Amino acid sequence: MELWSLLQDLLFDYTLRTVALGAAVLGIVSGSLGSFAVLRRQSLLGDAMSHAALPGIVIAFILTRSKFSLVLLLGALVAGWLATLLMTAIVRYTRVKQDSALGLVLSIFFGFGLVLLTYVQRIPDANQAGLNSYLFGQAAALLQRDVLAMAVLGSAALVLMGLFWKEFKLLSFDPVFGASLGFPMRLVDTLLTTTLVIAIVVGLQAVGVVLMSAMVVAPAAAARQWTDRLSIMVLLAALFGALAGVIGALISSSGSGLATGPTIVLVVSAIVTISIFLAPNRGLLWRWIVRRRNRRRLRVEAVLADLYTLATQHENRYHAHDAVVIRTMRAGQGGVAHTLDILQERGLVRKEDESRWALTPDGFREAQRITADMQE
Amino acid sequence: MEEKHAAIEVADLTVAYQEKPVLWDVDMYVPEGILMAIVGPNGAGKTTLIKAIMGLIQPAAGQISIYGKPFREQRGLVGYVPQRGSVDWDFPTNVLDVVMMGRYGRLGWIRRPGREEERLALEALEKVGMARYSERQISQLSGGQQQRVFLARALVQEAQIYFMDEPFQGVDATTERAIITLLKELSAANKTVVAVHHDLQTVPEYFDYVTLLNVRCIASGPVEQVFSEENLRATYGGRVAFLTAAGNGAEQVEPAATTAGHGAI
Ligand SMILES: Nc1ncnc2c1ncn2[C@@H]1O[C@H](COP(=O)(O)OP(=O)(O)O)[C@@H](O)[C@H]1O
Ligand SMILES: [Mg+2]
Repeated sequence: MELWSLLQDLLFDYTLRTVALGAAVLGIVSGSLGSFAVLRRQSLLGDAMSHAALPGIVIAFILTRSKFSLVLLLGALVAGWLATLLMTAIVRYTRVKQDSALGLVLSIFFGFGLVLLTYVQRIPDANQAGLNSYLFGQAAALLQRDVLAMAVLGSAALVLMGLFWKEFKLLSFDPVFGASLGFPMRLVDTLLTTTLVIAIVVGLQAVGVVLMSAMVVAPAAAARQWTDRLSIMVLLAALFGALAGVIGALISSSGSGLATGPTIVLVVSAIVTISIFLAPNRGLLWRWIVRRRNRRRLRVEAVLADLYTLATQHENRYHAHDAVVIRTMRAGQGGVAHTLDILQERGLVRKEDESRWALTPDGFREAQRITADMQE
Repeated sequence: MEEKHAAIEVADLTVAYQEKPVLWDVDMYVPEGILMAIVGPNGAGKTTLIKAIMGLIQPAAGQISIYGKPFREQRGLVGYVPQRGSVDWDFPTNVLDVVMMGRYGRLGWIRRPGREEERLALEALEKVGMARYSERQISQLSGGQQQRVFLARALVQEAQIYFMDEPFQGVDATTERAIITLLKELSAANKTVVAVHHDLQTVPEYFDYVTLLNVRCIASGPVEQVFSEENLRATYGGRVAFLTAAGNGAEQVEPAATTAGHGAI
């Protein structure tokens, strides 16, 4: 019932439609560009950029008194970009390492932003501009023109990604080789960083500066679990991002009173959790099953090899040997009886009496093959 | 020995990362069409030397020329095989894609690789015996296969000079033979190869020239002239007595670095 009414609202309710559209845009953009950040192990960079955007937003408001999100987001863009430049400069010209530089810039910019935010509350129009919603995000406050601004900025980022796909891939995989080919990798890095700043800025109003980095990292990390191809990873991350964005924004806007940022992050966390456990190949469950199967196979092969050793030492290769002997050869590793049962099911061994086992002709051939493999 | 064209000339090269010089006043002359080994202990500056020649590191002083001109003008003549451990082999891509990266320089900005690049990449994979693996995820390659992929990527650069950083490091015997065959083929086609090498024993067998490096260039020239016990001692600090009495080879000074992290060979 509730789902049905939600769907109806989505189709016919202007506010909800706007919110969902905005959330989808932000999810697509941050998911795609987040993929590169994750692959370059720069997840924290997104965090620093988004926090650093806060003073940019507030200063843009103070300077222009504008309520237009596009103006405020441009302020965020400039601040995020300056923060990145500052971090690069700190790492290059001082002995401060990357992680410390990130933490430093993040806290300085964010702290400064908070101070400005407190100060600006005294300005009459501040509440109307919804500056507070930039902390934890308020998707319900999105207007159509906000979504339009997000779409314009987001498309710019996606177009850049499409154009420089090959260069971004080179930068992410082997930047030194790229430089040897003559590409100015610092410029490529600046380009990719710029698109990442744009992607973050697009989501600030809806998700907020505090949690925006989750939308950069989480969809991409989840997508990586499911595929081994960059292009598919980017598409999946966009899909996961959009899904989390829309679901989270709808839950938060449908009168639950929950802030949008945390709600979206909860949804995306669920997607990540599912991906980490269930994805084929990389998923924990999958790996556990494979490991179990391998261990069982190895155990079976080992017992077969032992029987083979016994058989070759005896003049009659199909002579039955006591399970106790095999158990001694497999010192300390249990499960011999069970393994023998498995082998019998496959017709590789034969039970002579209560405790004695012998290879069958099939078993002898199989054991011969395994022993030959082992000696290779 | 007849005078050949100089493929690479390095004069008075000095490089420092911070204050401490990593390379000091290095001179090197590499004739066209030869295979040169660069040997020296860990941290001797071998990787730095290659990177400085290729303009990847700004030297503090020195001149470098490739066929008589600055590297920048000759970039298209040079191919590069970086140290295998310098990239993340868990990156989501496959063998063919990595090899095609060798064509990116020719393609320039924005243009994507197409049929022609794919054909060249497959051809190069054929040469290194990896044709069957073109669709393979790079995370599933053994150390030796990773090395072959990097070699194939350099081959599609269609260069005259190849710089290779430890191409034999942590590879199996089959791959080592395949690589050395490839190097000899390159040399026969008058290409020049400069490779960082760790196994002193195989230097005389694999290479024509050798540069002994330990911050300074201890010696550089034809193997039979400069690969002497005295020079090796100067390079490695005389820590180990290595040349055998027969004088036809050297024991390894450093245990060949193993790369357990890279899975089965
Ligand atoms: N990016 C860098 N920053 C600072 N020092 C470096 C850097 N790269 C290498 N070094 C130092 O320079 C020296 C030479 O390094 P390298 O050329 O990699 O040696 P090799 O390849 O012979 O083992 C080493 O002492 C190393 O610690
Ligand atoms: Mg090195």
